[in-house]
Amino acid sequence: MTPLLQVENIAKFYGPRIGCTDVTFDLYPGEVMGIVGESGSGKSTLLNCLAGHLPPDRGAVKFDTRTDGLRDTVTMSEPERRMLGRTDWAFVHQHARDGLRMNVSAGGNVGERLMAVGARHYGDIRSTATDWLGRVEIDADRIDDRPTAFSGGMQQRLQIARNLVTGPRLVFMDEPTGGLDVSVQARLLDLLRGLVREMGLSAIIVTHDLAVVRLLADRLMVMKSGHVVENGLTDQVLDDPQHAYTQLLVSSVLQV
Amino acid sequence: MIAIENVSKTFTLHNQGAAVIKVMQDAQLHVEPGECVALTGASGAGKSTLMRMIYGNYLAASGRIFVGDTDVAQADPRQILDLRRHTLGYVSQFLRVVPRVPTLNVVADPLLSTGTTEAEALQTAGDLLARLNIPERLWMLSPTTFSGGEQQRVNIARGFAYPYPALLLDEPTASLDATNRDTVLTLIEEAKARGAAILGIFHDTAARDRICDRVVDVTCFTPGAQSVPA
Repeated sequence: MTPLLQVENIAKFYGPRIGCTDVTFDLYPGEVMGIVGESGSGKSTLLNCLAGHLPPDRGAVKFDTRTDGLRDTVTMSEPERRMLGRTDWAFVHQHARDGLRMNVSAGGNVGERLMAVGARHYGDIRSTATDWLGRVEIDADRIDDRPTAFSGGMQQRLQIARNLVTGPRLVFMDEPTGGLDVSVQARLLDLLRGLVREMGLSAIIVTHDLAVVRLLADRLMVMKSGHVVENGLTDQVLDDPQHAYTQLLVSSVLQV
Repeated sequence: MIAIENVSKTFTLHNQGAAVIKVMQDAQLHVEPGECVALTGASGAGKSTLMRMIYGNYLAASGRIFVGDTDVAQADPRQILDLRRHTLGYVSQFLRVVPRVPTLNVVADPLLSTGTTEAEALQTAGDLLARLNIPERLWMLSPTTFSGGEQQRVNIARGFAYPYPALLLDEPTASLDATNRDTVLTLIEEAKARGAAILGIFHDTAARDRICDRVVDVTCFTPGAQSVPA
């Protein structure tokens, strides 16, 4: 099996300061990788470099495209990268309002991504949107409401529906359950796991919640000061951490 | 099926004065298909540590751990995940699940992730739960609210849903009443009969005598030394 994503030596500097450096890994189809670390450790910088939102200073992010096989997305042209961004890639922002159009109806938010890949039949778009709202447990009669009328948890689920409607193969998530209350968070986790299995998605999830990665991620990467300090199977990293920082991280979790 | 050669394990506690604790040295163990081997030794002797190393949950410091053709001590996360999906099952003492997922789906999960159709997976899960006396009215509820014994049985049902060629059992009969204990032992006997290699920890000596072919005392793998650098 060939990797879906090959990341080689990615580095990003903010002037003299390190954003992230020497990051190398392969992600295979159907795999979910978690990235954990304290705030400022470079998790989000890395995610943004991978997703093409930030130009890295060094390194390559090779993606197995449907048509041409492995392509370096860092050096590909802007239109090509944007095309990937609305077809095979999806990005779930921490704050739903960054990933949604707040003045367009829920149905419009989902339909927009479909139209961006060529869907033109209004009836079809609306029925696909209704189907997806159902999958993320938003009532069909809310389809014409704007996201401003939704609760935080609903906005986050709408953002997920908008992102997954085009059947992406790789999803980047930045703290997808951050800022949600625990009952909503549990429902979202269950939903994400189901979608990963049904659609064979690969995902890279940035979070600082170790309980979330234990349940969602197959593999885990631990970052500190822009460097990857440990990486491996999620339960192995959490149960038998090797690096001093990971040991500190794991032992600092409050027990409920 | 399971072969352990010269395995050792140390824990380095970086945040507690960099204490290095040697917990195992030169461990050797073989489990053949259709065989059930019990690990014994006092609490803290390293029974669970050895099981966790076989499952890839703990990293071995040295040595080789073969499950089928895969050396768990050297394998990539991807290979270990594949091994856990298709070859190696593990029934731990604790149930760890996504909150709010119904019990029936929790048990069907290993089948669904190996490509069994949903109807068939749920059918098998239901059969197992019924055998283990989990009342049907609880099947659509999350097991997180169940009693200790019920959670234990859900965990066992989940571990036996898919016919793994190798199984690790961590005290599968603890906290069970006589009837359920008997059901669990029968499940283990059935797994043996279909050729599964089973390695387990059983504090229940009667259960151990009934199903285990051999006993391995892990005390002989203990280095017995602990050093704290100045």
